[in-house]
Amino acid sequence: MKALAARRRHPLATVVVTLMALLVVGGAYTALTPSKAVAAAASTADVQAGRELFLANCANCHGLQAQGTDAGPTLIGVGAASVDFQVGTGRMPLSANLPQAHDKPVQFSDEQISQMAAYVAQLAPGPAIPAAEYQEFTDDPERISTGNELFRTNCAMCHNVVGAGGALTRGKYAPNLQDVSAKHVYEAMLTGPQSMPVFNDANITPEEKQDIASYLHYVGTQPTPGGLSLGSLGPVSEGLFVWVGGILALVGCAVWLGARAS
Amino acid sequence: MSSILTDKRTATLAGYVDDRVGASKIVKTFARKIFPDHWSFMLGEIALYTFVVLLISGTFLTFWYTPSMALTTYEGSYAPLVGQTVSEAYETTLNISFDIRGGLLMRQIHHWAALLFVAAILAHMARVFVTGAFRKPRELNWIVGCLLAILALAAGFTGYSLPDDLLSGNGLRIISGVIQAIPVVGTYLAFFIFGGEFPGEVIIPRLFILHVMLIPAALLALIGVHLGLLVLHKHMQFPAPGRTNTNVVGYPVFPVYAAKAGGFFFIVFGVVVLMAAVVTINPIWAYGPYDPSPIGAGTQPDWYILFVDGALRLMPGWLGPIPTEFTTFGYVWSLNILLPGAVVPGLMIMALFAYPWVEQWLSGDTREHHLLDRPRNKPTRTGLGVAALVFYVVMALAATNDLVATHFHISINDMTYVLRTLFFVGPPLAFWVTKRVCLGLQRRDRDLALHGRETGRIVRTADGEYFEVHEPLDVYERWNLVQQEADQLVPLPTGKASGLDKLRARMSAFFFEDRIEPVTPAELEAAHAHDDGHGRALEGDTDPHAVSASGRGSETGHGH
Repeated sequence: MKALAARRRHPLATVVVTLMALLVVGGAYTALTPSKAVAAAASTADVQAGRELFLANCANCHGLQAQGTDAGPTLIGVGAASVDFQVGTGRMPLSANLPQAHDKPVQFSDEQISQMAAYVAQLAPGPAIPAAEYQEFTDDPERISTGNELFRTNCAMCHNVVGAGGALTRGKYAPNLQDVSAKHVYEAMLTGPQSMPVFNDANITPEEKQDIASYLHYVGTQPTPGGLSLGSLGPVSEGLFVWVGGILALVGCAVWLGARAS
Repeated sequence: MSSILTDKRTATLAGYVDDRVGASKIVKTFARKIFPDHWSFMLGEIALYTFVVLLISGTFLTFWYTPSMALTTYEGSYAPLVGQTVSEAYETTLNISFDIRGGLLMRQIHHWAALLFVAAILAHMARVFVTGAFRKPRELNWIVGCLLAILALAAGFTGYSLPDDLLSGNGLRIISGVIQAIPVVGTYLAFFIFGGEFPGEVIIPRLFILHVMLIPAALLALIGVHLGLLVLHKHMQFPAPGRTNTNVVGYPVFPVYAAKAGGFFFIVFGVVVLMAAVVTINPIWAYGPYDPSPIGAGTQPDWYILFVDGALRLMPGWLGPIPTEFTTFGYVWSLNILLPGAVVPGLMIMALFAYPWVEQWLSGDTREHHLLDRPRNKPTRTGLGVAALVFYVVMALAATNDLVATHFHISINDMTYVLRTLFFVGPPLAFWVTKRVCLGLQRRDRDLALHGRETGRIVRTADGEYFEVHEPLDVYERWNLVQQEADQLVPLPTGKASGLDKLRARMSAFFFEDRIEPVTPAELEAAHAHDDGHGRALEGDTDPHAVSASGRGSETGHGH
């Protein structure tokens, strides 16, 4: 302390103090700033492997530089989330030129998908794969209730009130959502695949996206309180059941009673 | 000793009551009332019994239901809705479903019974129509039946809306749109019904009072009239040997029908409870509370209203360059909603009411009928019935277009084009096919009556001639094939015919010109003389070898 005090008039003292102050402020800034929701930066090796997978499996339609062709859109700027969703649900690579891509068995390993995502992500900034905390379902009832309300207001008009799916124009459709992972629900909202609009983080926050996914998980996994759900399709399947099940059974009984008489 | 005493007491009591009420006469007459037997006569019974189930289960539901649109915060047992703002009607329906013991089962019993009620009515009406059970003297009862059917739809629709859930709220929104489409007065009517701008705060209580008081009371009264007229007219019967226009062959109410009908009631109740216990209906917790902004994909009404929804979905907004909604003199004409939403159902109901008189006018037949028609013997009527059903089903199918599209991987647009075509082409096609099938069946009946059943046994005569052995029908069986009357055309009156006469003659020809004449006794006689050889061949049939050995085949004619 004495030594420090003795040197306080040293010509370099101002410089040292300024440097130390900068270090403290800078350190505090780094410590307090929220980190970006980007998974660990991809290595060059991953990007390279992803590029090779891309050239072998995707470039035919999306172009050698992912610039897009007549057969497929550009992937520059779609982000890692888009790749993770499209390839991770089996929608890509496309199996046939239909009105819309169907989900089907996934064609690549998780590692390969992340390599392709890394390649597409470094082409231009775009939506990243959600942080690990948003890839889980929550079982907080309050948040499920919020998810229910948000889903009813924003999603049910296409996906049906319990996510059973619905029709769109010319053979396109909003798919069934009852068995979709939290990550993929999140990514779909973030990237707006195919006919779906984008619900960005300002519109529906990451927590709310997780609430919606959790509500879908809840209705998809909880037993239906009333018994068999008939596909959760509402009055049409109920009406069909009344005619095929109810009336037929009762007419059968009536025939039986009539036969007993004679 | 004591049993004699008891008998005496019972007799005294019965005598006391009878002296004052005079019930014995009524009971005696009614207990001996004869009813004919056929399974199709029990379709109406299904409707009656489901109605009883509806009254019982509905009363249970009113104990806990609050018909109020006042807003509250849901705090019940269904977790995904806790904390959301809902109406009291919705909250109490949720409470019935999750917090009242047996409540969900009762709700499901009530709703399944309602769907079955309307389905049974439709099936019953179809039976009455194709068998001609609406003919004189039963035309008025047909009208009562039609009113019952309309009331059943009204009861169903008002009840469907009561939980104030998202699905039914969207249905109400469509109804309010249809009301608004009525020219000039539509908007006033809508404001009057909903007490202001949709959805307002009064529609649920209003629908509730209609659903639990006015409509059931009218239904009960009309069911009374319907059954009263049934007893008065006696039940119709299918033709058979010994059954005539002036008798009824069957069993007395007591004990046979009392037991059978009682048993059938419990069967119906049992089937309804089984359905309610196993299969979900109207899961309002999944739909969420009503709020005018959201809507769910796959929003449809209950099955019996599907046809109105379907007609609305089929109606194009533009006919080529002409819009179906336009404004003249400051009034909006929403023909795109008015035609499918009100005009089509209205015309269907009018046709239903008018049919017995139309047919009477065209056949000129004003006699009483107590024997049912076999549907094939009235090809035009049966054809019209099937055409009407096809018309109804095409529209109902149009209301399910989104579900059909996703489940069968069809473009919803293509489906709409196909159904629009079928809307016009389907009913005439169904009419034509049904009529041809009926005529074909009649020809077959005629052939059977005249020449008997083909046995499939080929016999060679001594001369080497082959013929198939025909086995004549027994007289009881044959009677059913030959008993019907020939249809008569209404001819153009001699002298000066008015336009109406001409129309009547033309339509009568459309109804009755294509026909297979019933077999006359003379024809039967002639056919039997002709087939005599075969008849005799049959007698020797116990030993097939005897036929060829006897050589009698040489004089027989050959098969047909």
